[in-house]
Amino acid sequence: MVREGTGVSATAAGRATLVSWALRLLGIGPLLILILLAAVVSLLTPDFLKPGNLGNIVAQTAVIAIVAIGQHLVILTKGIDLSVGANLALATVIGGLVFRQIDSAPLVMLAMVLAGAAVGTVNGIAYVYGRLPHPFIITLATLSICRGLALEFAVGHTTMRGMPEAIAAIGGSSTFGLPNSLFVVLGVAAVAVAMAKAMVWGRWIYAVGGQPEAALKMGIPVKGVLISTYVISGLCAGIGAVVLAGRTEASSPLYGNLLELDTIAAVIIGGASFLGGRGHIGHALVGAVMIGVIRNALNLLGVDVFFQMIAIGLIIVLAVEADVLRNRLEARARVMQAAGAQ
Amino acid sequence: MSMPSATPVLAVRHAEKRFGAVHALKGVNLEAHRGEVLALLGDNGAGKSTLVKCISGVHALDQGEIRLDGEAVVIHTPAAARRAGIETVYQDLALFDNLTPAQNFYCGRELAFPKWLPQGLRLLNGRAMDREAAAVLDRLKVRLPKFDAPVALMSGGQRQAIAVARATVFARKVVILDEPTAALGVRESRKVLDLIAQLRAEGNAVILITHNMEHVIELADRAVVLRQGRKVGELKPARANQQELVSMIVGAEA
Repeated sequence: MVREGTGVSATAAGRATLVSWALRLLGIGPLLILILLAAVVSLLTPDFLKPGNLGNIVAQTAVIAIVAIGQHLVILTKGIDLSVGANLALATVIGGLVFRQIDSAPLVMLAMVLAGAAVGTVNGIAYVYGRLPHPFIITLATLSICRGLALEFAVGHTTMRGMPEAIAAIGGSSTFGLPNSLFVVLGVAAVAVAMAKAMVWGRWIYAVGGQPEAALKMGIPVKGVLISTYVISGLCAGIGAVVLAGRTEASSPLYGNLLELDTIAAVIIGGASFLGGRGHIGHALVGAVMIGVIRNALNLLGVDVFFQMIAIGLIIVLAVEADVLRNRLEARARVMQAAGAQ
Repeated sequence: MSMPSATPVLAVRHAEKRFGAVHALKGVNLEAHRGEVLALLGDNGAGKSTLVKCISGVHALDQGEIRLDGEAVVIHTPAAARRAGIETVYQDLALFDNLTPAQNFYCGRELAFPKWLPQGLRLLNGRAMDREAAAVLDRLKVRLPKFDAPVALMSGGQRQAIAVARATVFARKVVILDEPTAALGVRESRKVLDLIAQLRAEGNAVILITHNMEHVIELADRAVVLRQGRKVGELKPARANQQELVSMIVGAEA
C-alpha cells in the first residue's frame, strides 16, 4: 500500500480506517446490542437478573439455540431448512412411542436423534439429487410431511405424557446450579465449532457457501458437503427434541411450531450472512439468546405477546439491513484498495 | 527463453466439440512445451475458451485426445486436471471472497492430518498453510495489505495476483490463464505479466488467452490463432508480424 504524507492519501487512509472500523463494529454489533439490551432490561425490571429468571431464559432458549446451530450450517451454504420445527415434533412423537414400548432413556434418545437425522438426510438428498433450484421447497414439503406424520403417529393425535427419568433430567434439572440444557447447548456448540473451524469439512462448508462454482472447480465434493449440512441440521432438531421432551416430560405433534422461523431469526440476528459463507456458531448462540431475552423481558414488562412477534420481526429487518450494509462497506473497502494500489 | 523440449508436455490432437448445432472445435491440434508461453488468439467465438475448458476439465472433448508428456489422459473434471498437473486461472478467478489468501490457496487440497482419515474429516494444519502461502507470495513479490483478511477486501489486481500465485504453487506441467489482465490497470497488469514470466521460468508450459497484442508480442514465444473452431495459423509473435497476426485473427488478407 502507498503510505505517503500527501493530503489526498491521508484523507483516503482516514476513510479506509473508518470503513474498517465500521466493518469491525458490525462484526461484534449483535453481541454489543445483546449486552445493551440486557442492561436496559435489568434497569427496567429488577426481576430480570434473578437466578430463577435467568434459568428460565436458558431453558426456553436452549431448544432454539441447539436447532439454530444446525440451521446456521445450512445457511452458511446459502441454504435454508424450514423443516426443523416439524422434524423436532415428529422426533418427540417417535421418542414417545418408543417410551410406550420400553422405559429406556438411551433407546428413546437414540430414536429421537436418529429420526431427526433421517429427515435431514431426506432433505439433503432430495435437494441435491433432485436438482432443486433451492432447498426452500423441499424443506417446506418435509415440514408439512413431518407435521402430518407426527399427528398421525401420536396416540390420540395429541400430546403423549411421560419420558424416561434421565431425559426429564436433561431437559429440566440442574447441575452445579446451572440448567442441564445449558450443558447440552454448550456441548453441541463445542462440537460444531470444532467441526466448522478445525476440520477440512468445515472449510469446505465456507467454500461452498462463498462461491459454489469455484468450489466445484477446486475439486470440493460440493454435493456431499451440502447433504451433510442438512443431515446435521436434522440431527440438531433431534437433539432439540430430547431437550424439549425432557423439559415437558411429554411428546407432542404440536411441538416446534414456528421453530424454523425462530432459528433462522437467531442466525440472522446474531450476525451471520443470509447470503452464505459468513458467520460462526457464536452468531447463532447470540441470536438465540437475544430472542430469549426479548421474549422474557417483554413478558416481565407485561407487554402483549403480539408485540413480541412484532419486535422480533423488526429486529430481523435491522439484522438483514446490517448484512446489506456490511456487503456495501466491503465493496467500498475494495475500491479503496484498488485506488491505493494504483 | 529456454529451448522447448522435444516431447510436448501437452498435446491436443484432433479436438472436436459440439454444443448442439454449434461446432465449437473442428479438429484442432495444439502443442505446448515446457518453458514457453503459448498465446492462444482468436476473435470472440473462435473456440479458444472452449479449447482451454476441455483441457482444464470443465468440458469433455467429443472426439480427439489430450496427451500429457506423451501419454493419453482422460480429464473429466477440473479436479482431475489439477491432479494431472494442469492449473487454470479462470477468467472469474474462482476465488472464495469469504476466505483469506492462504485459505484460498489450499481450498480443495488443504494441508491436513492425520493421513489415515478421508480428507474431509482431517484436521486443518492452518499454520503450515499460512506459512507456505506467505512464502510463495513473498517469492513472487506479491504484496497484500493484510494477509489474514478475506480476499473480498482486496483490489482486482491483488485478487488476480492471488489467483495466479495459487496456480504457481501447484502447477507441475501446464498453466492456463484466461484473459488475466482484462480487468486490470497498467501497473497491476505489469505485475501479472511478471508472474507469467516467472511461471515460464519455473518450467511450466503457459497457455495465455488475451486480446492484448502488446502483451502477446512482449511475452509469448509462440502464438496459435483459432478462427471459427479451426487452427488457422501459428507463428512467433514480433513487432514485425503484428499486422499479419491481427489479420489471421479477424480473417482478412494481410
